[in-house]
Amino acid sequence: MISCWLFPRKLVITTKRERRITRIYRRVTLSRVLQTSALMLAIFLAICFISLTIGSVPIGIGRTFQSLLDVLTGGHSLSSQENLIIFSVRLPRIIFAGIVGASLSLGGVVFQALLRNPLADPYVLGISGGSALGAIIGILIGASSFYLGVPLLAFVGALATVFLVFIVSGGNRGALHDNSLLLSGVVVNAFFSAAILFFLSIANSMELHSITFWLMGDLSRASVQEIGVAAVCLLIVFVLLYRQALQLNLIVQGEETALQMGINVERSRQWILIVTSLITAVAVSLSGIIGFVGIMVPHMMRLVFGSDHRLLMPVSVLFGASFLAAADTVARVIVAPAELPVGVITALCGAPYFIFLLKRKGN
Amino acid sequence: MSLICGRNINFSYTGGLILDDLSFAIDEAQVVAIIGPNGSGKTTLLKIINGILNPASGSILIENKDTRQWSRRELAKAVAIVPQENLSIFPFYAEEIVLMGRFPHLGNYSFEDKKDYRIVHEAMEKTDTLAFAARRYDELSAGERQRVLIARALAQEPKILLLDESTAFLDLKHQAQFLSLLRQLNKEQKLTVVFVTHDINLASQHADRIILLYCGKNYAIGSPAEVITADNIKEVYDVDVLVDQNPQNGLPRMTLLT
Repeated sequence: MISCWLFPRKLVITTKRERRITRIYRRVTLSRVLQTSALMLAIFLAICFISLTIGSVPIGIGRTFQSLLDVLTGGHSLSSQENLIIFSVRLPRIIFAGIVGASLSLGGVVFQALLRNPLADPYVLGISGGSALGAIIGILIGASSFYLGVPLLAFVGALATVFLVFIVSGGNRGALHDNSLLLSGVVVNAFFSAAILFFLSIANSMELHSITFWLMGDLSRASVQEIGVAAVCLLIVFVLLYRQALQLNLIVQGEETALQMGINVERSRQWILIVTSLITAVAVSLSGIIGFVGIMVPHMMRLVFGSDHRLLMPVSVLFGASFLAAADTVARVIVAPAELPVGVITALCGAPYFIFLLKRKGN
Repeated sequence: MSLICGRNINFSYTGGLILDDLSFAIDEAQVVAIIGPNGSGKTTLLKIINGILNPASGSILIENKDTRQWSRRELAKAVAIVPQENLSIFPFYAEEIVLMGRFPHLGNYSFEDKKDYRIVHEAMEKTDTLAFAARRYDELSAGERQRVLIARALAQEPKILLLDESTAFLDLKHQAQFLSLLRQLNKEQKLTVVFVTHDINLASQHADRIILLYCGKNYAIGSPAEVITADNIKEVYDVDVLVDQNPQNGLPRMTLLT
C-alpha cells in the first residue's frame, strides 16, 4: 500500500544486465496528493527525530523521545544540558535546514517549469550569486555588527539580481523568453563570480573564513527569529504558488498552449517569477549558497511522481526539506568535532547523481 | 449573424506582411477549410481567431465581440485549437495531456471530478486513444500524438474547433474516422470547424466553404465548386491541374498535371 504511493512505477529487471523501468500511470487526485504529502511529511519528521539524536553529545533515541514527551506532559526527566542541546541547538537548526531545503526545491520546481528548462534553478539564474555578493560586501563593510545586517544585504543582492537578469533578458519590453532569461542568468552569474573573487582577494583572513563558510552554505548561523521569518515566507509563498500549479502544467506545454487554454502567460510568469525569487532570496540570504538541491530534488521527484505540479510541488517541498535536513546532519558529524559546510555534502551528492542520470539517458 | 467575423485584419511578423486587409465571415455550424500556399498566412489566421495573436489592425469578432474583449478563460471555453505539435519538456502521460483540456472549466485549486473524467474518457474514445491513455505522450508516434491533441481539444468542449494540419500525420483509417467524427459533431452539436490543410481534395470533400489565401489576402471564398477551379489553383499555386467532378457527390476533384 505504502509502496504504491511512493513508487507508482514498478522496477522490472528483464535481464541481469539490462534494467528497464516500466512506468505505471496513476491519476493525480486530491486524495493521492494528500496521502503522498502525509507520507513525505512522516519521512521528514522521522529524519528530524533521528537527526535530533545525532551529534557530538550523543543523546539516545529513548531519551530524545522522552524529551519530546516532556514538552507535552510538562515533565522534567532530562538534564537541563540535554534539553538545551535538543531544543536550543539541534532542533532550530534541523528545522531551518528543512525550511531552506524546501524553499530551494520549491524554487527549482517552479523555475524549471517557468523557463521550460530542466536545468534552471535559483543558482543557475544567478539569484544565489547575487545574494552571495550582497552578503560578502556586507561582511567587508562590517555590516555583521548590525542586527540582520548581512542577511539584509544578501536579500537586496538577490532581488537586485532578479531585476538585472530581467532587464538584460529584455523582460521589461514584454516578452519573457525562456532561453534569454536563462542566458542572462549565466552571464550575470559569471560577472558576480568575478566580483566575488575580487572581494575574496582583498579580504583579510578573519573575513575570509566567514565568507568561505557563507559561499559553501552554512545553516548554523540563523537565529530563531530569522528561522521564523523564513518559515512564514515559505508558507505564504507555497500557498500562492500552489494556486498556479495547474497553470504551470500548461506553461510547460509551451506558451501558445498555455495562452489558448486561457492563461494570461505574460502576467502569470511575471507574478510567479517575482514570488519565487522572493522565497529563494530569503532562503539564500540566511543560509548562503547551497547548490544542487534546487535541481536535484525536483528532478528525482519528477521521476517518481510524474510531472503534474499539483503533486510535484508538495512532494518536492517535503522531500527537499528531508534531503537538506539529512545532508546537514551528515555535515555536522562526518568530521566531528569539526563541521563541514552543508553545501559540500549536497554538491558531493549532486554531481554523481547527474553523472548517473546522463549515463542512464545515454543507454 | 456570423459566428466568426474578421474585419480588415492586418498582421505582420518582423520582416514581412502576413495578413493584408483580410475580411471574412464564418457562420455557426459551418465547416470551413483554409487553403493556400506555404507562407500565405493560414496558421497565423488560426492563431488570430484563437486570440493567441492579436491583429495589428482590424478586428476579429466572435459572437459579435472582439477577441480582445473576451476574457482569456471564456475564449478558451468557446474556441479550441489542435496545434501541429505540443512541445512538452517534461514527461506527461497521454491522459494527463487530454485532462489539460479541462483547464478552462476548472478553478485554480481544483482537481478534476467525475464529470471531467467522463468527458475526457469520451473524447479519448472518439479519437481512439484510450488504448494508450496510460502511456507517455512523448513516446507515442506522431499520428498518435496528434489524436491525443484532438482529444484534448474535444475535452475543452468548444463551440469552435480550429485544426492546423491535423490530418497530416494520420493514417487512412484514422483520417476517415476523424473526418466522420467532425461531421457528426458538426451535425449533432452544431460545432463550427475551421481547418487548415494542404490537401485540396480533402478541403473540397469535407468543407462547406473554402477560404483560399494568397499573400495574406482571401483570393477566393465560397463553396468548393466556386473556389476549386483550375484557374484559381493555377493563379495561386502556379501549377497546372485538372479539376473534374467526383462521380459520387459531384464535388470538385483535383488532379495534379505534371
